[in-house]
Amino acid sequence: MQSNAALEYDYSVAKLFTYTTILFGFLGMLIGTLIASQLAFPELNYLLGEYGTFSRLRPLHTNIVIYGFTLSGVWATFYYSAQRVLKVSMAESKFLMFIGKFHFWLYFVGALIAVITLLMGITQAKEYAQFEWPIDIVIVLIWVLWGVAMFGLIGIRREKALYISMWYYIACFLGIAMLYLFNNMSVPTYFVAGGLGNVLHSVSMYSGTNDALVQWWFGHNAVAFGFTVPIVAMIYYFLPKESGQAVYSYKLSLLSFWGLMFVYLWAGSHHLLWSTVPDWMQTMGSVFSVVLILPSWGSAINMLLTMKGEWNQLTENPLIKFMVLASTFYMLSTLEGPIQAIKSVNAIAHFTDWIPGHVHDGVLGWVVFMIMAALFHMAPRMFKREIYSKKLLEAQFWLQTTAVVLYFTSMWIAGITQGMMWRAVDEYGNLMYSFIDTVTVLHPYYAIRALSGVMYLTGFLMFAYNMIKTMTSSRELSEEPQFRSPMA
Amino acid sequence: MFHWLEKNPFFFAVGVFLVIAFAGIIEILPNFAEASRPVAGLRPFTVLELAGKNVYMKDQCIACHSQLIRPFKAETDRYGQYSLSGEYAYDRPFLWGSKRTGPDLHRVGNYRTTDWHENHMWEPSSVVPGSIMPAYKHQFTNIADLETAYAEAVTVKNVFKTPYGDDIQAGKAAWEAYKPKVLAEAQKIAANMKNKDVKDAVAAGKVPEVVALIAYLNSLGTSRYEAKK
Repeated sequence: MQSNAALEYDYSVAKLFTYTTILFGFLGMLIGTLIASQLAFPELNYLLGEYGTFSRLRPLHTNIVIYGFTLSGVWATFYYSAQRVLKVSMAESKFLMFIGKFHFWLYFVGALIAVITLLMGITQAKEYAQFEWPIDIVIVLIWVLWGVAMFGLIGIRREKALYISMWYYIACFLGIAMLYLFNNMSVPTYFVAGGLGNVLHSVSMYSGTNDALVQWWFGHNAVAFGFTVPIVAMIYYFLPKESGQAVYSYKLSLLSFWGLMFVYLWAGSHHLLWSTVPDWMQTMGSVFSVVLILPSWGSAINMLLTMKGEWNQLTENPLIKFMVLASTFYMLSTLEGPIQAIKSVNAIAHFTDWIPGHVHDGVLGWVVFMIMAALFHMAPRMFKREIYSKKLLEAQFWLQTTAVVLYFTSMWIAGITQGMMWRAVDEYGNLMYSFIDTVTVLHPYYAIRALSGVMYLTGFLMFAYNMIKTMTSSRELSEEPQFRSPMA
Repeated sequence: MFHWLEKNPFFFAVGVFLVIAFAGIIEILPNFAEASRPVAGLRPFTVLELAGKNVYMKDQCIACHSQLIRPFKAETDRYGQYSLSGEYAYDRPFLWGSKRTGPDLHRVGNYRTTDWHENHMWEPSSVVPGSIMPAYKHQFTNIADLETAYAEAVTVKNVFKTPYGDDIQAGKAAWEAYKPKVLAEAQKIAANMKNKDVKDAVAAGKVPEVVALIAYLNSLGTSRYEAKK
């Protein structure tokens, strides 16, 4: 093939991951809405016997959203955009095509097994690292397959220099690999004990405070390398593509990328402020969390300035709206996090609902918005059809934006109320409230959150419907759109 | 340099890895020798308590309860003495939790009884009106996995030198020989319970999950070691 001829990219793997993004997104948000409702209306705990309690479903919710929805989205966009920025088609290499498909199917089967074991209560009880050792091994295999696909594509690329998005995908791959391996080190008990008990059971290699350190070094940075880094990769590719604008500043990209790489991992210990972890480590976590504002805002500002002089697109193109709002929520979330990591604020915020509030303005506002916008951008190019409905997109945007605002405002109020009530003392220095007082007072906020969940889920269903209609019955396109995605 | 890195993916990846690994090396490694030293007099969990810890993990009590009392007056007034690193030396995994939808449990063994826990697990709002915690009635019928708990004790003893007695050894025969001790411990808990089915099961040599869980909860606090006065 001549280097200047138009390449036919192969989207078969990207399409497969697009389907699971929609499927797991729906499941994760459905369970999320259910468990949010359970806190407001506890009778809902008894829908599915022992498998339906809040405690059993909560890890299912987080894992499906993180490893089901987000990773599917990451891989859908990776298998789409990597070909384009590297100027190479998956179809050129039978080997890479096989690896890509194997990657998907092993992932899909692994995800189903993971869901079943979590429902059964087979768990290491480490947050976001619940899976027992056999599933961990499958996960490592899946990760290696992605690595082979990525570096394989890089190996046969025509474009010499790696585009910014590729930096972030590489970082996502390396970061998660390192963190996941170290945090999941465990010893299966069955073999050491001479064939006794459950073969799936294992004990952590680390104990007590050490275990906590490794866990939150992982937990915090899994957010970094799962929810920040690959989503930044997406916005660096899709916003310039959709808007037809060049990235505002190369220097700012450099600064924010290498800054983020260096600073992010120091911040993990901010999850352990006021715990039994040594003070110097807590202070490091606190200080670096504040420093982290710089590289985070660097990327976000770089993206917003990419729209310089083109702000009219915001009113004309709902996909630009999604991406710009995603950047804005990223800025909000990366300012809120450092504030919570200040020791005196953390003393109130830790253990309260302000923390899920923070997580969700990040995930709902930044991660989900960006992934949905990316899939909408990809759909007309992958399926050669225009987006089914612009009206539906607009309605979805406003419904979900309202839902996110309701979510985080209710959880801010709930969290700060909780934190203040726990520490409130009367004039004689006695505690003013029993614990249950601090639970019952939160009912209205939990009800508001449940409502926001229903709204957001409805918005996601509108997204899913719009995507499926786009794939199957929208007007066909004769040629690939250059910039703005066509929509009816 | 950056332009060069962007054209040489291998060195780019090496560069990224070094930069991200740096923080871990500085922050995490130095603490390892230091922090796992047990407080004076700490004993490891018994096999029954380990089985209870596994029920605690299985039903994910960690989703709503913490086990970490912070050094604030409001917390020490509410829950008891703040937590010390050495108290967790035998905890694999750590179960500090990250959210308090319910209260902290690190000292719960100091101020709650078997009877209270039994009522609480059966119907939380019967002892705490207004509670939003679900009832865990299935723990009264599900049988605890003692053999896995014993395998865990063997593992931490052999691999991590956790101080268990010589009677905890690998293999089926050792487990059969040890089992009566676990049942005796379970009978002591069941003696303080009301539920007829639970009592019958324990008498028949089967330990319902709730019995193991209560054994575990009763051990939380200072009952696993002599607190310094």
